[in-house]
Amino acid sequence: MAELPQAVRGFSTTFFTMFRKVNTEQYPEDKDKYPPKPAFHGRHQLNRHPDGLEKCVGCELCAWACPADAIYVEGADNEEGERHSPGERYGAVYQINYLRCILCGLCIEACPTRALTMTNEYELADNSREKLIYEKDDLLAPLMPGMVPPPHSMVAGTTAKDYYDGKVTGSTPAQADEVAAREVEKVSAQAATADERLADAAANEEAAIKVAQERVANDREEVLADLAADEKKGGAQ
Amino acid sequence: MTVTTTASGQASPPVELVTCTIDGIDVSVPKGTLIIRAAEQLGIEVPRFCDHPLLSPVAACRMCLVEIEGQPKPQPACAVAVGDKMIIKTQMTSEVADTAQRGVMEFLLINHPLDCPVCDKGGECPLQNQAMTAGHAESRFEGVKRTFPKPINVSAQILLDRERCVSCARCTRFADEIAGDPFIELLERGAKQQVGTAEDQPFDSYFSGNTVQICPVGALTSADYRFKARPFDLVSTPTTCEHCASGCGLRTDDRRNKVQRRLALEDYEVNEDWNCDKGRFAFRYLTDDRLTHPLIRDEEGDLVPASWPEAINFAAAKLAEVHGKVGVLTGGRLTREDAYAYAKFARVALGSDDIDFRARAASTEEAEFLAAHVAGTGLGLSYADIEKAPIVLLVGIEPEEESPIVFLRLRKAVLAGTAKVAAISSWASPGFAKTGGTVLAAAPGAEAEVLAALGAKAGSLSEAAASVADALREPGAVILVGERLAANLGGISAAVKLAGETGASLSWIPRRAGERGALDAGALAGVLPGGRPITDSGARAEVAAAWGIDEADLPAEPGLQAAGIIEALLTPPVVDEEPAPGTEEDDALIIAETAVESAAAADDEPGDAADAAAEDPNFEAIIEEPEPRISGLVIGGVEINDMPDPEAFRLALKEADVVISLETRLAGVDAYADVVFPVSVDTERSGSYVNWEGRIRPFGKVLRDATTLTDGRVLAMIADELDRPIATEDSNAIRREIDGLGFYSGTRPVPPAVTAPVAATPGSGQALLASWRHLLDLGILQAGEQYLAATQRPSVVRLSAATAAGIGVSDAEDVTVSSESGSITLPLVITDMPDGVVWVPGNSPGSAVNASLSVVPGTVVSIARGGQA
Repeated sequence: MAELPQAVRGFSTTFFTMFRKVNTEQYPEDKDKYPPKPAFHGRHQLNRHPDGLEKCVGCELCAWACPADAIYVEGADNEEGERHSPGERYGAVYQINYLRCILCGLCIEACPTRALTMTNEYELADNSREKLIYEKDDLLAPLMPGMVPPPHSMVAGTTAKDYYDGKVTGSTPAQADEVAAREVEKVSAQAATADERLADAAANEEAAIKVAQERVANDREEVLADLAADEKKGGAQ
Repeated sequence: MTVTTTASGQASPPVELVTCTIDGIDVSVPKGTLIIRAAEQLGIEVPRFCDHPLLSPVAACRMCLVEIEGQPKPQPACAVAVGDKMIIKTQMTSEVADTAQRGVMEFLLINHPLDCPVCDKGGECPLQNQAMTAGHAESRFEGVKRTFPKPINVSAQILLDRERCVSCARCTRFADEIAGDPFIELLERGAKQQVGTAEDQPFDSYFSGNTVQICPVGALTSADYRFKARPFDLVSTPTTCEHCASGCGLRTDDRRNKVQRRLALEDYEVNEDWNCDKGRFAFRYLTDDRLTHPLIRDEEGDLVPASWPEAINFAAAKLAEVHGKVGVLTGGRLTREDAYAYAKFARVALGSDDIDFRARAASTEEAEFLAAHVAGTGLGLSYADIEKAPIVLLVGIEPEEESPIVFLRLRKAVLAGTAKVAAISSWASPGFAKTGGTVLAAAPGAEAEVLAALGAKAGSLSEAAASVADALREPGAVILVGERLAANLGGISAAVKLAGETGASLSWIPRRAGERGALDAGALAGVLPGGRPITDSGARAEVAAAWGIDEADLPAEPGLQAAGIIEALLTPPVVDEEPAPGTEEDDALIIAETAVESAAAADDEPGDAADAAAEDPNFEAIIEEPEPRISGLVIGGVEINDMPDPEAFRLALKEADVVISLETRLAGVDAYADVVFPVSVDTERSGSYVNWEGRIRPFGKVLRDATTLTDGRVLAMIADELDRPIATEDSNAIRREIDGLGFYSGTRPVPPAVTAPVAATPGSGQALLASWRHLLDLGILQAGEQYLAATQRPSVVRLSAATAAGIGVSDAEDVTVSSESGSITLPLVITDMPDGVVWVPGNSPGSAVNASLSVVPGTVVSIARGGQA
């Protein structure tokens, strides 16, 4: 073998490798075949209670824990009729900047309500800086069956403690009705605004037509008057 | 009572020292010092909740237990005074003390909720911190924690979470001992003990915000700041309060360039550890409705946005047209640096001395007094001095409403027995009643009379007045005059005379933060920076040299004050030389007009009539436009309703040919302005105020990214465009310039000696108007503060029983107070006050004296049963 040219020896490695099992994972074509490990620290998620209310209380401990200063939170008071979480306080603004986040997971350890956890989603790339600042809407967990979208009141007769003790297992018909009523109100308000706009438009159109008609009439009178004057002049000459 | 009569700064008599040993270290402290204070001197921190250096010891929380040799049980360090040769061991060296403290902490935590994540105090909480240093990691308590329904409002502004309370009684002691508003108290006993209010009496104290700051847990929070931010979000900057002349040091906390809250900064020379609710909670004006770009008035008469160079050029061109005839009104809210910029701008760029910082009822007498007695005198009578005055005589000032820290100091001194208070006022206000002082009742306008009587010590003095007159002659006595006294002619002169006769110190307390600084900076006609009289050529030369201009270019005669400027705008200019009775003047004008017309008509003979006019010297004088004394205004931070007669001010603004306004938001003057410039607020620049003591109170820039321009910078740009540079772009440079100039050292002008006019006598159905402003009212810097506004004192009208009977009304019925301009109707509260006097708040809901009545206090107004004006 020693006298075989070096090149043939090299190419033989290549040749035999062609028949070996492939280790390359094809991304993105075959990404579903290779899911990340369950404990992988991916994009964050803001969880909900079983009735749809948010678990986040806006305490900012995640922001405090964050070594990369990637999280920005503003807390606010749950107003009467505008409840987002059980208890008094909720996170009104919640942003995670994935340009800064190092996915270390200290934030989810800091979270006192298990509102913040991490998903396995790892595709955190985009073509602008703005898009990589995830807002609350981007981070909130999807509504699972039995949940209704907040704001809505707590399950009747429960306290915030009951939520944390796991005594609330899903939304009640009263909550569903409340949300439905709100939706109906919203839609009817939209309809009312649309009607108003239509009416305004019609009124505007009418006014415009009137102005145009008046202008035509005026022009006509002017032309007639001019003609009459010309005639008069002509007659005089 | 021993009165220490030494002035501040001099050595006080030697104090008896005792020596003790704390944790093996010897320390000598004055007798009576508490163990906890002595330990602090050694740098040993004993944990505590209820202890506060300015509150009386109660030993309520038991957290500061220490071991004292010879005592069977641990003792609270906050309530036991150091004894001679006492051997004390704190938790640092004593197992007993440490165990005791850990035990107390465990008890405190039994009922304390674990809601730190949603608690506003979390992150800056003494309980949280000490639970980490002196607490068990695990709780042995297995029962159910005591809970209460979530927060209750002890006032509109202050919220109470009762389950968080550790019953330290700091808030109740503060309300009782410091503010004198004991509206909160500890109720119930044992585990149910809680802070509460009477059912119909909320905690509407002007100082309620301090309880939030001193609460060692998150039990008391403010509605304003609730859930807004966490301590670790905030960037703190030491600042000075801009709301009054007390000059409180504040800590302003901002998050991402937005101010979130303000706290009192510890400053034992001025505000100790306190401030008032206005200073703490009123800061929304800093951000709401701000003007962001210059506006100029276009040919159609609309204000339209303009670029900075365009607006500067426009303003400079307009001002050049009226050079030498421009008045400058700066309000009283500017910093010392900005006021200086206006003062320099008026003298250098406008060639005028017509400048006044007083946007309120003011008089020439007051201006003379300020020039003689206050301007450029530096730190004079101080808070420490009023604390040990045998008598503090208040004239024309209501400290709790107009300078709250002066009130706190007076109350503290009165409770400590080191000072007494008396006031010349129409009635004893709730604030004054809390100082337990003597009221020398005087109808508005009669202050001078009372002052003169105190000075003369005439036999007719009442017993109370006689003792005040005696006390005034003791060393260290103080007379404090407020800015309101200016409205009553002769009052200030009488106070000056009284001070001269009795040897008492006289100090002037304005209401607005910027007034003393503006005075020192020379923003008053006749007064150059540093209190230099404009009529003194030496003073003029100093200022001219510092400003790099020719002395001849500085006006040498005092200009017009605010009232004069407005009057000059409202009075049509008359032709001088002609004493001219009306008819002659009218005739002359008609002749002139005819002449001009005929000149225009006579096309074929151009110039004939004009020639004829030229030949006649009288004719020439007649057709020349008479020169108005003032035809332009530069205005910075004046609210129209600040003026005693807002309607006249509006007319004057309308009459002015040129109005340049520098504003932070569109607040009224803009409607008449030719150019409006947006300027920075305090958080966006550094600067300083001068408080009533004459103490310079600097503050730093809070919002580091702010790019707004200061008044000084805008004025400098206009001055450059006018080719008369004033170099006031930079606040630090201005400060150096002011320091370089220093104070006036020459002979001071003579204080005024105006004889008070005979007070008007109200007829039937009439009364003399008395009024002052509430601390919390409709002031423009409190705009948008809904929680604060809800704690305002109610607007009421006050009459004596006899006066009320005279117009046939009884308590709580409506009374209408009216002048020629308008009326105010408010419910009546019968008050112990002189007959024929009516009191209404100055600028409260339903009672805007300037806007509705347009008269100053001391004027006769009509009073009638509500609705029958």
